[in-house]
Amino acid sequence: MTTATIETAPAQRSRPFAWVQQSLTLAWRNIVRIRQNPEALADVTFQPIIFLVLFLFVFGGAIAQGGGWRDYLPFLLPGLLVQTVVFSTMGTGVGLNDDFAKGVFDRFRSLPIARISPLIGAVLGDAVRYTLSIVILMATGFALGFRFDNGLGYGLLGLVIVLGFALAMCWIWVWLGLTMKTAQGVQGIAFLVMFPLTFGSNIFAPTSTMPGFLQAFAKVSPIPYLVDLERALMGGGPIQKPLLVTLAWMIGLVAVFAPLAIRAYRRRT
Amino acid sequence: MTTSNQVAIEAVGLVKKYGTTTALAGVDLSVPTGTVLGVLGPNGAGKTTAVRILGTLLRPDAGHATVGGYDVVREAAKVRGIIGLTGQYASVDEDMSGRRNLVMIGRLLGMSRADSRSRAEQLLERFELIDAGDRIAKGYSGGMRRRLDLAASLVGNPRILYLDEPTTGLDPHARNGVWETIRDLVLDGTTVLLTTQYLEEADALADSLMVFDKGHVVASGRPAELKAQAGKQTLDVRPSEPAHLERVAAIVAEAVGVRPSVDVVNALVSAPVTDGTALPVVVRRLDEAGIAVTELALRLPSLDEVFLALTGHAAEERPADILEGASR
Repeated sequence: MTTATIETAPAQRSRPFAWVQQSLTLAWRNIVRIRQNPEALADVTFQPIIFLVLFLFVFGGAIAQGGGWRDYLPFLLPGLLVQTVVFSTMGTGVGLNDDFAKGVFDRFRSLPIARISPLIGAVLGDAVRYTLSIVILMATGFALGFRFDNGLGYGLLGLVIVLGFALAMCWIWVWLGLTMKTAQGVQGIAFLVMFPLTFGSNIFAPTSTMPGFLQAFAKVSPIPYLVDLERALMGGGPIQKPLLVTLAWMIGLVAVFAPLAIRAYRRRT
Repeated sequence: MTTSNQVAIEAVGLVKKYGTTTALAGVDLSVPTGTVLGVLGPNGAGKTTAVRILGTLLRPDAGHATVGGYDVVREAAKVRGIIGLTGQYASVDEDMSGRRNLVMIGRLLGMSRADSRSRAEQLLERFELIDAGDRIAKGYSGGMRRRLDLAASLVGNPRILYLDEPTTGLDPHARNGVWETIRDLVLDGTTVLLTTQYLEEADALADSLMVFDKGHVVASGRPAELKAQAGKQTLDVRPSEPAHLERVAAIVAEAVGVRPSVDVVNALVSAPVTDGTALPVVVRRLDEAGIAVTELALRLPSLDEVFLALTGHAAEERPADILEGASR
């Protein structure tokens, strides 16, 4: 018997930027999934609205010390923006884990596409998801009377920075999503980390009223700095220190977790 | 250059270990272009591991394999360009519609938007999924889902197709549909590697068979040869009147020369036979005695029976797996 090689289809032979189109196609898939999956859609759309309305009207009066919810809104919204985006980063890990468990990744791997495309597609698709959450939360905030008091430019910069922070932080969840056994496990860890991280911060109330250990925690956590930065960019205040700390954290998160995630990804693909 | 003497898939000495478990313990196989190889075995025999290696999803610990002339490890990208994969893994995205799944794969393969759409439409039509095409795959029935899986692996017109238990858990109608499709593909010249737990399926589709057990190939050959090795067929007779069981048993005993087993609960008389010669005798005697039957059949040995004959042991260490596989 002889062995002859079978010609591959011309379309698959040499397209130098094929991986870009493949990544975009897979990003599109992740966006389509959100649209077609009511649960995921609710996560992105209603959750920010419910959180904002809930915290604003339930705690607003008490926390703003008589000022009422209108005084609480400029304080709450930048913080809630951070919380919403930070929470939605864990969806990246849960989704990846699910794709592996259900064999969707094996389908991708059996196709002649760039190995990294599914990972880039997942992160790009999630960038769209984060953006959607941000837009919906801000639109609700604006409807309730929130304004960029520090000017539109700084306000938009704030939105870009919070999106960038999410994209830096999502590598933690990509890594966990690729190394943990089940999606439920990823979610479990995520909540364990997210709740202390967001509630043990200045998102809902100033940390000055909190006990010492919590204040100490807030000093080493990146969240209060990001919240301070957002409040400063949107409402005014000192920008430089929180900006530097936030950027350092973003660089640090990517430097540590992106290589870990990519190594885990290579190991599984 | 003729196609008949070319090898589409060739593997030599494939070994794969997971910790202390040996999934494959040195497997050789060779599939000529345009033929169907059926790989038979219970769960845990190594069938899926072999397919995953040949599909570039897994690296072998030892041995090597070529698919379409390309090495599965060193030239994985080229192998991926000519294969299609369908099975328990390599799934479609349940959260998207059937159509979107197919369009997505077309786009990933570098087709234009228009080409991807028309290819998707073509495949939906071929697999009778047009009506369901815009619904989310999660809601598909088992048969529809399997057809979509198959369609997804055919978007790129693969010359070599791996089907991992393509009909497990399907009803007979859906199963026949899948078989029909596989036959059509083979007529078009596609080479197929099929794993299955059903001897009947392997018999219906495969040109040659391999039986896996605990990571070893324990038998190979054409289906008829294997069945001859496995030996006995079974003659089943079910009288329409349960009261006739004893008389039927007597007739079968006389014709076959062996005392048959009588299953009172299912009103079934079964006897092992080596060939079909006893069948006309039984039919004549039943007619003379005026006994009507609802079932009269020569049954092929089951996978368990083949196993017992080929390996000297039943697939007894994994009975739960087999049950699970059969009911899935």
